Amino acid sequence: MAQELKTIELPIHTDEMMINMGPQHPSTHGVLRLVLRTDGEVVVDMDPVMGYLHRCAEKIGETVSPHQFVPYTDRLDYLSAMNMNLGFSLAVEKLCGVEVSERTRHIRVMVCELNRIASHLIAAGCYGLDLGSFTPLMYCIREREKILNLFEAVCGARMTCSYIMPGGIRYGDLPDGWVERCEQFVEEFLAVVPDLHHALTSNEILVRRGANIGVLSPEMAVAYGCTGPVLRGSGVAWDLRRHGEPIYTKMYDDYRFEIAASVGGSYPKDHVYPAIPPHAVLGDSWHRFYVRMIEAFQSALIIQQGLQKYKKSEPVISEPMKIITKIPEGDAYVETEAPKGQMGFYVVGDGTNILKRSRIRSSSFCNLSVFREISKGCMIGDIPSILGSIDIVLGEVDR
Amino acid sequence: MKTWFVELVPPGWQWVMETIWAVVIAVIVIAIALLSVAIFNWLERKIAGRTQDRLGPHRVGGRFGWLQSPADGIKLLCKEDLVPTEADPILFRLAPYLGLTAAFTVFFVVPFADGWAAQQVNSAAFMALAILGMDVFGTVLAGLSSGSKYSLLGGMRAAAQMVSYEVPLGMCVVIPVMCFGTMDLNVIGEAQSGWFWHWGIFANPFMFVTFFVFLVCATAGCNRAPFDMAEAESELVAGFMTEYSGFRWAAFFMGEYTSMVVICGLGSILFLGGWNGPIPWTEWVWLSEHVHPALGWIGNCCGAIGFLAKIYILIAIMMWARWSLPRLRVDQVMTMCLKYCFPITAAMFLGAMLWMAAFPG
Repeated sequence: MAQELKTIELPIHTDEMMINMGPQHPSTHGVLRLVLRTDGEVVVDMDPVMGYLHRCAEKIGETVSPHQFVPYTDRLDYLSAMNMNLGFSLAVEKLCGVEVSERTRHIRVMVCELNRIASHLIAAGCYGLDLGSFTPLMYCIREREKILNLFEAVCGARMTCSYIMPGGIRYGDLPDGWVERCEQFVEEFLAVVPDLHHALTSNEILVRRGANIGVLSPEMAVAYGCTGPVLRGSGVAWDLRRHGEPIYTKMYDDYRFEIAASVGGSYPKDHVYPAIPPHAVLGDSWHRFYVRMIEAFQSALIIQQGLQKYKKSEPVISEPMKIITKIPEGDAYVETEAPKGQMGFYVVGDGTNILKRSRIRSSSFCNLSVFREISKGCMIGDIPSILGSIDIVLGEVDR
Repeated sequence: MKTWFVELVPPGWQWVMETIWAVVIAVIVIAIALLSVAIFNWLERKIAGRTQDRLGPHRVGGRFGWLQSPADGIKLLCKEDLVPTEADPILFRLAPYLGLTAAFTVFFVVPFADGWAAQQVNSAAFMALAILGMDVFGTVLAGLSSGSKYSLLGGMRAAAQMVSYEVPLGMCVVIPVMCFGTMDLNVIGEAQSGWFWHWGIFANPFMFVTFFVFLVCATAGCNRAPFDMAEAESELVAGFMTEYSGFRWAAFFMGEYTSMVVICGLGSILFLGGWNGPIPWTEWVWLSEHVHPALGWIGNCCGAIGFLAKIYILIAIMMWARWSLPRLRVDQVMTMCLKYCFPITAAMFLGAMLWMAAFPG
């Protein structure tokens, strides 16, 4: 059943044609360029070309203090700025041996999970958009707006937050009424999830466009260094929030959540998620999309727990490090589970307040590397489906 | 009215009056078509807005933002008119108008009310299909002449898709033609007068199924989402019209909407009783030609409004589908046509034939 859907039989070959898709193209998610070699409608070979958004982010990190570099991390994966801030802050904190207070930790967890939901909403909406369904995107954006409003309340910025800093968070404790607003948002979001499942996850056309397309085997996913929902969509239950470094995992120690991956053929059973369609194969576009939907749901539950823990915690907020704070000699590397995959920051200090080296391991970059492999032999119409399910952000790919 | 107008001059000169009459009708029909395009442009945006939990256009002015359409028109006319250097200069310029002309021409055989067709043709259903088939030339030519690979792919897709869907669409038209025993759309409309159960769609179970297949094929034949393979903005940027701008782009746009109006008009005559309302109220209030020609004229006006209302409802359904459903892949579109639509219509054709043999009259 699954095999026969994969490709159509084409005994007649036509002349191959090179098509240059991008960097200005509606469905390449920014300035990615794809050079397609097509035989009629079938993509024989494909070459992603990147570098159109290279902004020397890593080098900039070696010229300014960590404090000043945080706004640059916002612009890596601009759809999940909080997670980028957190990754860099944790790396610097690990190097300096700084611990943050209990309440700061819960705030960090909450804003990062909120941003994970926001990022996954965009991913899910754009996946629909890439497959020609414009309406679900607007519903996703509507929910995301509420998250951005919450961010605006805590730090004044909506997308490029720079809220989480090495050493703590900015602007002290959460503003009055934020907790109630966040509670209200989570409730509303959990009520909207079934609608999104109805419009996207179990939509027959969308299932047919994603099922058995761009199948990524677990072995290949690991070999190419794919992480995040792309890895978990292939059935590897690996989530740094549980399997990462101590400095990161202890943030989530007292939180209950399931890793959104199919283990032994079944997804987490803590809630009733839509059934897996019969044509879907583990590792295809549909599964990657499905994992994101489950993760967004799980994140909402984490936020609910975080709000309870926040209320009970001591009102002590860790202040960010100063610009003049000296970074000790040595190096540190921390990978965190950003919405798009594992985001790694490598920092080297030399005793001044400026980092000697800063390097970034980008999740989208590694996930994109497998694109060529899994898209061979698909049709032109499947390219947006596969790219949408990999969910890259070019700011992060090019850095 | 036409006879009266033509007989104003001596017999040898009547061809002049015939020509003038034809031009007048043509202007009226094209005006209706263009007005519909403007209204549908606005309606599509409003329906899209409401589907997506937003308001739709309301900033340009006018009640409910109706000035959006004129504003769009002015914007398109003011845009730079580009012809790529790679493009074939003549075919590139010709292509938009081919599709537009084909769509407009079909209007001349569609009766808006009893006897209110610009040109009464006794094989109107056949002629409408034949001219609608010309529609694809504009799209394919645009794809070939643009000198862009996206356009070429779009044109290729359009050629495959629109020509394939002609077959089940033709079958869907043949079934009512067979049931009513005529190809004259006016006669088909008259045959459905009275209560709504006289409508073609309720004539027999096979016609009922055929109507829905017709709706699918009409959507695909007009290149509308979820079958908009030729445009497919997430794959081919804008498909066959990637290189078009300004008024030529607007011509494609008008062509698409006009062919939607025409094909929905065809559908409402063949299946939904054309100008006949669901209840025969015009008969009850003596708005009939048999009482007085003027009353018949008023009745016809009401019929024409009803006919337009049916077209609007059908098009609203097409828009609703467009904004709710994702796009199919190109092979899935062809599968749908060849594996589902065509066998179903063939079966319905056979069924309708047997039904007529079993229950004659």
